[in-house]
Amino acid sequence: MSFFLSSVARDLRVHIRKPSEVLNPLVFFAVVISLFPLGIGPSPEQLSLVAPGIVWVAALLATLMSMDLLFRSDYEDGSLEQVVLSGQSLVVFTLAKVFAHWLIAGLPLVVLMPVVGLVVFLEVDGIWTLALSLLLVSPTLSLVGSIGAALTVGLPRGGLLVTILILPLYVPVLILATAMVQASVSGSDVTGYIYWLLALLLLALALAPLAAGASLQLSVDE
Amino acid sequence: MLQVKELSCTRDQRPLFSSLSFAVAPGELLQVVGANGSGKSTLLRCLVGLYTGFEGEIDWQLEEAPLYLGHRAGVKASLTVRENVTWLARLRGVLLNPDDIQRSLSSLRLDGYDDVPCSRLSEGQRKRVALAQFLLCPNHCWVMDEPLSAIDNRGLEFLTGRMSEHLDNGGAIILSSHQPVPVDRPVSSVTLG
Repeated sequence: MSFFLSSVARDLRVHIRKPSEVLNPLVFFAVVISLFPLGIGPSPEQLSLVAPGIVWVAALLATLMSMDLLFRSDYEDGSLEQVVLSGQSLVVFTLAKVFAHWLIAGLPLVVLMPVVGLVVFLEVDGIWTLALSLLLVSPTLSLVGSIGAALTVGLPRGGLLVTILILPLYVPVLILATAMVQASVSGSDVTGYIYWLLALLLLALALAPLAAGASLQLSVDE
Repeated sequence: MLQVKELSCTRDQRPLFSSLSFAVAPGELLQVVGANGSGKSTLLRCLVGLYTGFEGEIDWQLEEAPLYLGHRAGVKASLTVRENVTWLARLRGVLLNPDDIQRSLSSLRLDGYDDVPCSRLSEGQRKRVALAQFLLCPNHCWVMDEPLSAIDNRGLEFLTGRMSEHLDNGGAIILSSHQPVPVDRPVSSVTLG
């Protein structure tokens, strides 16, 4: 536990001192969404129809963008080797890294959501559901993304490969989350969707750090 | 402390070393020598368990993992000297109090740099930050890849002094170096290539 906390503290320090890496995806998220009213036209009927999809795709791409860098600097400066050698649990280390990354890059997406929801004329009910679904889904995206990031950390241009590896795993989450927001806008009950997304989050929480930890071990083996 | 039997390694279809056998006892310093590209770093990585593409047997009779200094020092540029040292020791399960850090930093002539981010340090200073873990952690075996490069004369004197002390305390050191190690203890060597 104390290793988890000191890893989180260390990563938060690193992120706060080099904010550009984690802030770029946030800016990207806001820019992509605010471009849609310009591209599709500002009519509220049209925009609110496609809004959940737009927001989700933007959130997903923003996550993928920042995921690639999750382990990179630790790999390049040799910190990762030291962690592997020390005998500390790589699963705990991965979990700590994902958690710190989510605090800095995932949580702000949720906070930003009401604002960008208004830009694309999402109804107020829809905005709250969207924020709730993003709160449930963004940790899942980060956890699953960490597997791809860990597998490709040793490759010089891993970014595209991470996308190809990870996108198929993101699809179920994307389908459920979009359906949840549409259900809420059309006035139906969303409890079932919440359970599903929670189940996926727990599944990712249990399995993704194991996979990512094993991948990290492989990545330093060279 | 360490027993190596019939160790062979081939990388990119090029045999680096084959049927290498040696042992390291407590209080012993083993120097790995060889030309550039002869596999010194690979051998050390095999020994600590960072590279598994070898055949043969590596048997550590140790409770804890050896300390390792590699080409990539494991020092994070955006963290300060103090934060880096604290983290490296924490990894080995050593919780430091401020006095320990202060003492090790001043013996490495890094005092006054506690709160300076490592990105502002020189190559040699960064190496000394990585060396701090060798002063602070009680691990019995040190594995060091080119520890003497980028270190100035006073640093060299301090480091070799610390090495002799470690050997006298029953520790073991395995290092690669192109220059002779100025330690007045017996040095055995393994030659590659």
